[in-house]
Amino acid sequence: MALQAIAFYLMAAVTIASGFCVVSARNPVHSVLWLILAFFSAAGLFVLMGAEFLAMLLVVVYVGAVAVLFLFVVMMLDVDFAALRQGFARYMPLGLLIAGFLAAEMVVVATTVAGRGAAKDSAGPMASGATPDVTNAEAIGRVLYTDYVYFFQAAGLVLLVAMIGAIVLTLRHKPGVRRQVIMDQVLRTPKTGMKLANPKPGQGIDQ
Amino acid sequence: MTIGLEHYLAVAAILFTIGVFGIFVNRKNIIVILMSVELILLAVNINLVAFSVYLGNVVGQIFAMFVLTVAAAEAAVGLAILVTFFRNRGDIAVDDASMMKG
Repeated sequence: MALQAIAFYLMAAVTIASGFCVVSARNPVHSVLWLILAFFSAAGLFVLMGAEFLAMLLVVVYVGAVAVLFLFVVMMLDVDFAALRQGFARYMPLGLLIAGFLAAEMVVVATTVAGRGAAKDSAGPMASGATPDVTNAEAIGRVLYTDYVYFFQAAGLVLLVAMIGAIVLTLRHKPGVRRQVIMDQVLRTPKTGMKLANPKPGQGIDQ
Repeated sequence: MTIGLEHYLAVAAILFTIGVFGIFVNRKNIIVILMSVELILLAVNINLVAFSVYLGNVVGQIFAMFVLTVAAAEAAVGLAILVTFFRNRGDIAVDDASMMKG
């Protein structure tokens, strides 16, 4: 139990500290790297709770895809980031004040909620139907592919629409770049693609 | 000492607040705003998973998975809009983004 507490406090501290560095780093590239650290330690918290599948999903989706996407965009845009930090010092005190109040209120409410209601009677973590012979991933799969299969399909549709939207938004056709037109290639017949000529000696062919 | 539900809820609350704080103080930098939104969604995910584990109901983790999906889609579309905006304006200052108004 002591080991679990040490692991929890370590990963919670790293998550919060790196989360704060995300919003306060001067360089957005550093922000992205801190974001990766925050996601990694949050995945550690998930493992600690016994939700291994979601932890791995977090690492794969966020660290592997979203954070790298952010990194690409931050490095691709040639922006003067110092100019974008104007007003940081001006909004800092008020932001800290509001954030402090918000955090205090939410922590108080959360700890109060945890002490009463349905969660009071919980037998602690790993009581989630996770009998030793059913792993976390299997438990999720049993529910996801039966009761929530339509939602699963809808999630796939959301990803498809997002992918098409991102491509449509960023794709552009530069003039002067010769592109392959499949339609023209398919519609090509021997008649249109070939020209028979009968050149006279010494004259050549006029193009 | 034992780690209970309230510990995870407190971590999620603090992380959520950091995300809101990031939107406050980085008003001009839309990239950091997008990252703050990701932090907020991560806090929501921690809450969902914590309740799912401590209430013994796996549905919360499935909901967290859907939140993850929508967050990924949001990041992709948001960054695509950002790239298009940068191509048109040569800058990403949020203050100038009102040109489509009216």
